[in-house]
Amino acid sequence: MTVLPRTSTAKPEPSRPGVLERVHEWVVTIDHKRLGILYISAGILFFLVGGIEAGVIRYQLAYAANPTIDPVTFNQMFTMHGTTMVFLVGMPVLLGFGNYLTPLMIGTRDMAFPRLNAWGFWVFLFGGLLLYYSFIGSSGLYGAPGAPDVGWFAYSPLTTRAFNRGNNVDYWTLGILVSGFGSMATGINLVVTILCLRCKGMKLMRMPIMVWSMLVTGFLVMIALPVLTAAQVMLLFDRFLGAHFFDPQLEGSVLLWQHLFWFFGHPEVYILIIPAFGFISEIIPVFSRKVIFGYTMMVVALVWIAFQSMGVWAHHMFAVGLPPSLNAFFAASTFLIAVPTGIKIFNWIGTIWGGRIIYKTPMLFALGFVGMFVIGGLTGIMLATVPFDWDVSDSYFVVGHFHYVLFGGTLFAIFGAIYYWFPKMSGKMLSEKLGKLHFWVLFIGFNLTFAPMHVSGMLGMPRRIYTYAPDRGLDIWNLLSSIGYGVQFIAILIFVWNILHSLRKGEDAGDDPWDAWTLEWATTSPPKSWNFNPLPVVKSRRPLWDAKHPEDPDHEYE
Amino acid sequence: MAYRPARPNLASEEPQHLSRGKVGISCLIITESFFFVCFIVAYLYYVVILQVEDGGPDPVELFRGDIMVYIASVTLLSSSVTVVLASRALARGAHDKFRSWLAITLLLGGFFLFATILEWMHLIGDLGMWLDTSTLGTCFFSLVGFHALHVVIGLTALSLCLLISFMGRLPEQQAERFEVLSWYWHFVDVVWLFVFTTVYILRVYT
Amino acid sequence: MAEENADRTVARSWLLLVVVTVLVGLVGFVAIFILGAQITEHDPTETFFEASDVFVQPDAEWNTTIFVSKSPETREIRRLTWLVVLISVGIFVVVEGLLVFAMIRYRRKNAETTGEPVQMYGSNPVELAWTVIPILIVVTLCLATVRTIHSVQPTAGERPENSLTVEVIGHRWWWEFRIPEYDVVTANELVVPVQRPIWLELGSADVIHSFWVPELQGKMDAIPVKTNYWQFTADEVGTYLGQCAEYCGTQHANMLIRIDVKDEADFKTWATNQALPAPNETTPSAVNGRKVFLEYACQNCHGVAGLSDGNFAPDLTHLMSRTLIAGGMLPNTIDNLKAWVENPQAIKPGCDMPALQLSKSEIEDVVSFLATLK
Repeated sequence: MTVLPRTSTAKPEPSRPGVLERVHEWVVTIDHKRLGILYISAGILFFLVGGIEAGVIRYQLAYAANPTIDPVTFNQMFTMHGTTMVFLVGMPVLLGFGNYLTPLMIGTRDMAFPRLNAWGFWVFLFGGLLLYYSFIGSSGLYGAPGAPDVGWFAYSPLTTRAFNRGNNVDYWTLGILVSGFGSMATGINLVVTILCLRCKGMKLMRMPIMVWSMLVTGFLVMIALPVLTAAQVMLLFDRFLGAHFFDPQLEGSVLLWQHLFWFFGHPEVYILIIPAFGFISEIIPVFSRKVIFGYTMMVVALVWIAFQSMGVWAHHMFAVGLPPSLNAFFAASTFLIAVPTGIKIFNWIGTIWGGRIIYKTPMLFALGFVGMFVIGGLTGIMLATVPFDWDVSDSYFVVGHFHYVLFGGTLFAIFGAIYYWFPKMSGKMLSEKLGKLHFWVLFIGFNLTFAPMHVSGMLGMPRRIYTYAPDRGLDIWNLLSSIGYGVQFIAILIFVWNILHSLRKGEDAGDDPWDAWTLEWATTSPPKSWNFNPLPVVKSRRPLWDAKHPEDPDHEYE
Repeated sequence: MAYRPARPNLASEEPQHLSRGKVGISCLIITESFFFVCFIVAYLYYVVILQVEDGGPDPVELFRGDIMVYIASVTLLSSSVTVVLASRALARGAHDKFRSWLAITLLLGGFFLFATILEWMHLIGDLGMWLDTSTLGTCFFSLVGFHALHVVIGLTALSLCLLISFMGRLPEQQAERFEVLSWYWHFVDVVWLFVFTTVYILRVYT
Repeated sequence: MAEENADRTVARSWLLLVVVTVLVGLVGFVAIFILGAQITEHDPTETFFEASDVFVQPDAEWNTTIFVSKSPETREIRRLTWLVVLISVGIFVVVEGLLVFAMIRYRRKNAETTGEPVQMYGSNPVELAWTVIPILIVVTLCLATVRTIHSVQPTAGERPENSLTVEVIGHRWWWEFRIPEYDVVTANELVVPVQRPIWLELGSADVIHSFWVPELQGKMDAIPVKTNYWQFTADEVGTYLGQCAEYCGTQHANMLIRIDVKDEADFKTWATNQALPAPNETTPSAVNGRKVFLEYACQNCHGVAGLSDGNFAPDLTHLMSRTLIAGGMLPNTIDNLKAWVENPQAIKPGCDMPALQLSKSEIEDVVSFLATLK
């Protein structure tokens, strides 16, 4: 039985339902909170799988000329690792938090389209399972089953029938296509929810930055994902109907795929980082005990980034021989996008400036995010310098760069968000002791893994090679990276243990454990299925600050 | 987490300023537009700019002077007008008028689809063209085909509305929902303007 | 309340002061660096990195580091690189410094503290400062980048008069080099003259590859049905290594490049020899080997001038003039050749050459035939 919005007449049940019934409740649920938790949990499961794939990669590269893993398996591992982390971990976890938090933060009862929301989740999940089914279901060249091995951006013509005779590429295409429909549905749902369902007094410029970031992300999903879908449909036409889109032997253009893919791919990077900006913009003020510095500029910077992210895609293509003028244009646009990103970082520093910082685990992750993201951003600026990009594009320098952005950035923010909102979702606190241990072990392991990659890249190590010669000076850097993986692995074990342990034995959280200011803390932990009764009315950006400090309310300063 | 709170009093809550349906369909339209843009870009790139010569038929010879496609375009665009009339009739509660305008819309849209089928039968049956015969075939059939698919989806939804209306279950309180659907139909028409310009004008008359 | 407001103003001014000082310092730093780079042709930083054996290993056989520049093009690129690296390091120090300072200075010192700190909602001058100053830095970087792009990246019509044209064709997983001027066709190892512009015309026979020899030039993709142009001039005689940098399938890791830069005379000798047809050795084993080569599938893929004209696989006319085989995986020795002919899949799994199930004596014969291809 489920609670239908608006029309339900559910009555309190007499006894606690059985296991089967509870599973059924979760399967048929259309409650945004449960779907959010489902998204996040599925994302974490895929994260563990993707992490194990990364382990295979690091094991093989730990020392030169390692004979352990055969090249085909290695290629499958990095393809699946990339695809999983981007499409099955990053997007669902971030959109899951969006799903969970957006209605709570804008003071409403559910998403605009609850059924569409449930559809989006299940489509995403089965898309992911379809991709993973390729490990056993796909038939490769000599009848050998196998996952896709074309890299996560699947450059044509490597994906044409001539060079990929099995159907593992089809699993890649269809799996991502299907889960993409789920993402688009969720993106649209977020935008409509935010535009239509805000509570009384919640003007756009009073929304928490987190909600702004979800609005912007929703728009980016709406614009970027269909481009990937179109490109994948073209690829399917090529592979099954003999169309000529990408096959160079048939007058197709291999660069069309790259343009379409990266027109999706670069906004996608911002889809993965903008929600993280949102998390950080909620966590940092609360633990600095200060209002976010320069709210308006934070919003302007978000929208600026979103618009500009659609005009920078060819910086992934500096080595394909575009005309110099185009290279210069995309270098300029890429440099410029650093400005709003810089504004955000300075504003976060401005927020903790003069604050009274409380070092709880979410704050550690948030500050870790700022510190690491600066590094990723700066190597990004270096890569935008076209001639330097000729040196290091497609090398481990790039691998190091985007892991600083997506791991040191997005993933740190996700962990921060989990520690911050877990009490709201479950009603239990996560253990602070384990949390701090988790942070420090992960922080050390992360830097140990990815910092050496910049060096190995500059020493001439291309990405996606399954082996390298022993006399190139690459050994030590790769060994460090592999040891770092082991350290991170321990950190993730601590995290998983913390979740499992705290779910059973964690302290009770209460409604507002962090003494925070946004609306989700105004309801119970976990919130009731109608979120608020009655719906709140807000007068400022920090409704709970107003309630806690009636003598000096926020709305006098906005 | 087995909690069952009492149902809150929803009636007392503030009515929403923006309609979920209208904002939602606008978002869907934005999303779909970017999907079409890709296929239009591919057509422009291969057929209009590169003018790939791979032994396939020449689009200039193929499409110049094709009267049928103009007639079909006019019918499709006029169906946008009739669907607005239907929508207004429903809002006024003029159910018979609504049904007539909706039926006319369906006929106009159906005629467009029929014209497309005729054209495809000619191209595929008589000329042996398909996605795999030439770059023109690839670009043409995918672009026009996806548009036709959207016409089919729109016609199906509109027919369902007609059916529901005949069953007497489409009261004027639901007029906004029908209006949302009519926006989708406008989108299908507007996309056709772009497809039409790309396929039948740009390369053919320049 | 008035007191609170005064606190806010003081806090804001203090923040503004710090930010403006630090950012102006940064801009000054950039300006000084650019002026410095204009004055000295040779960067002091470059010497620092070249002297450090972390980044450049003097005794490594396989130096592919971008910290060594052996052509005017790479020197040009690296001058820009050091500018960008130093600006980045500057920003890094400033931002992380501010962050760490704030983290320590503004920590809650006493858990019992009650009440909230002064709330600062923002400050237009401060925010303007950290918008405008980064824009200035970005504009600087942009101008420097555009200049270097135009001086390094050649376009189709810019082939220098005295240059040597080399056609580079990527194959899965080996490189084909053709020098039309001397009628040379070879694989994986290229010999070029020193101090003469080398004009590369890059293409691919199958999927996308990328040509990367870090000490001579940045990378440029080799794309099917599209010709890319690239150019370098080697400063010194020597051997330069590189490899394919765009993922191209199973054996992407073993698609290595070796460029031997020789002086003009040595290059001419090499090129003249490469253009000759295969010698006609008459030892019984080599004669048998040639028969095997022609009777089995070998000749369908491998070209040997005067004997077969397959071009799916490396041309073998002067096989023994190369130092490595199998796309750069193995030294070119008789034993390695035997192992390779016997079962290439055991050495380079996934490569296009099948194990032809030759008998021991056939392998001996074929390899002794191959050994005559000097």
